[in-house]
Amino acid sequence: MATDQATTPPAPEIQSHDLSQVILLHPPPVFNYFKDLFSKKFHLLKAWESPLPLHEFLTNHAHSTQAMLCSGTGPPISADVMRLLPSLRLVVTTSAGLNHIDLTECRNRGISIANAGEVFSEDVADLAVGLLIDVFRKVSASDRYVRHGLWATKGDYPLGSKLGGKRIGIVGLGSIGFQVAKRLEAFGCNISYNSRKRKDFVSYPFYTNVRELAANSDVLIICCGLTEQTRHMINREVLLALGKEGVIVNIGRGAIIHEKELVQCLVQGEIGGAGLDVFENEPDVPKELFELDNVVLAPHMAVFTTESFKDLCDLMIGNLEAFFSKKPLLSLVMNE
Amino acid sequence: MDSITVLMTSPMSDYLETQLKDRFNLVKLWTYSSKTDFFKHNSHSIRAIVGNTKIGADAELIDSLPELEIVSSYSVGLDKIDLRKCQEKGIRVTNTPDVLTDDVADVAMGLMLAVARRVCECDRFVRRGLWPKGDFRLTNKFSGMQVGIVGLGRIGSAIAKRAEAFGCPISYYSRSEKPETNYKYFSNIIDLAVNCQILVVACALTEETHHIVNREVIDALGPEGILINIGRGSLIDEPELVSALLQGRLGGAGLDVFENEPEVPEQLFGLENVVLMPHVGSDTVETTDAMADLVIKNLEAHFLKKPLLTPVV
Repeated sequence: MATDQATTPPAPEIQSHDLSQVILLHPPPVFNYFKDLFSKKFHLLKAWESPLPLHEFLTNHAHSTQAMLCSGTGPPISADVMRLLPSLRLVVTTSAGLNHIDLTECRNRGISIANAGEVFSEDVADLAVGLLIDVFRKVSASDRYVRHGLWATKGDYPLGSKLGGKRIGIVGLGSIGFQVAKRLEAFGCNISYNSRKRKDFVSYPFYTNVRELAANSDVLIICCGLTEQTRHMINREVLLALGKEGVIVNIGRGAIIHEKELVQCLVQGEIGGAGLDVFENEPDVPKELFELDNVVLAPHMAVFTTESFKDLCDLMIGNLEAFFSKKPLLSLVMNE
Repeated sequence: MDSITVLMTSPMSDYLETQLKDRFNLVKLWTYSSKTDFFKHNSHSIRAIVGNTKIGADAELIDSLPELEIVSSYSVGLDKIDLRKCQEKGIRVTNTPDVLTDDVADVAMGLMLAVARRVCECDRFVRRGLWPKGDFRLTNKFSGMQVGIVGLGRIGSAIAKRAEAFGCPISYYSRSEKPETNYKYFSNIIDLAVNCQILVVACALTEETHHIVNREVIDALGPEGILINIGRGSLIDEPELVSALLQGRLGGAGLDVFENEPEVPEQLFGLENVVLMPHVGSDTVETTDAMADLVIKNLEAHFLKKPLLTPVV
């Protein structure tokens, strides 16, 4: 009856401390696009918004926090940081890479890690192929030439190099590396790879070391994660093995390549060109590269598509919800 | 064969020039100060023309060379050759199909990726020192975009094969349906444009296909759509294209060809959603040499009275 409706007390407001707590040290790029979605579902502890130094903030506010959301940008998730989070059971990272997380500490404390899984493997592969075609066929360089009015005054642009038939060496045949391989096969390229382990589901030739892969390739595409083993793995020796006509594309992590040695090789013409989305000290990019027409530079944007960000947001929220309702994580990282 | 006089219409390839000089009596059109001068010295000796996308063999040239037997084009496109006149006069015509198919298809893909994922814009962003000021923005995902191809010939098919590897559904408009493919056929170009996100122009330029991409087609493709041209500039109504881009009625464009090369509409130079290349579709060291070899082989076959390798007429 009408009077019943008038006297029914309003539904209690959901207090933010009823929601499960998630600590963030720094806002991941995807977080900035979907703040509301995260805030509605979780009680977010945002360390960067506090005037307190980090260790004080964590000690005062995050003592019982079980879950963290992080990304490759922002402070590394070191053992020191994790020790200030005694209740931490889960780290969810918006990246595929794990190099910013102290994996040993996680293993020792039984802290689970969930990452971006395969959510943006296609987007990253697309950019890798886009960068490669750009270097081989001088897309950006000839676009500059046209925009400066030089086609009419200086004549035809110098010849590029044919992509078909080229030998592609993929460093790291994970989800991203496999998507790159699949695409380049359609261009008539020949695929080989180096990975931690041989992969049974492909018939591409496998090389046990990167230098040998480089010696037998026209192109190296870096698709692996950054670990102690892969840091500066692509050094002068590998680049010289790749050779004067060789091209390197990096969509992994900047530090996999010894950047100083790469710059030197490019400036001295010891390799043919490079397509780079990642650098050792982002957002700093070696200025010598700006003088070169055989280099294409991107600002770590391989995953920056609206589709990937939406899928990533859904996956991050999905992982956190699964954790808090004691269900299996959607993209748990298995120890290998 | 060095008593046979061959005319090269423009400086298209050093390698080809050397090969022609070694085998024939080579006459270079661009070394003459005037047409009259050229005709005075050569009109009765020239038996072959090697033309390209800049200067081919038009009616005037053909009519003024009474001994002309063959036009061997350093291109696959035939729009600069008066085919009807050649047919009338029994002049053979050859071109360079197949050897350049892969390279042109690669440039089409390069343009698609560059426009959809803003590769050139990113490169400019980094070189201008903008990255320390903040991240780049989001673009649209390329994989899975619907690709519509105008002209499913050799080049169109090669583009389709590549785009399929990115999970792109393929549709096409062509003179005839190709039932041996699994691609979706549209019997008119407007329907194709309505139903795709990226429209790739890959057909030959003929009287029928002149301005086949007009304002109506551009509007059908729309403000989210991307137009790619690796065919011939005049397949697109260029002024309409420019105004559509300036007014935001078209999402983006990747162009390797233009109506009046090497002129490119300057209004495009300030746009971030276009990528402009100076007709480099077949411009790799490997392919230009292969094209030159094919031109030579066709000429030699003709003068040795053997079957032509890639005859058109």
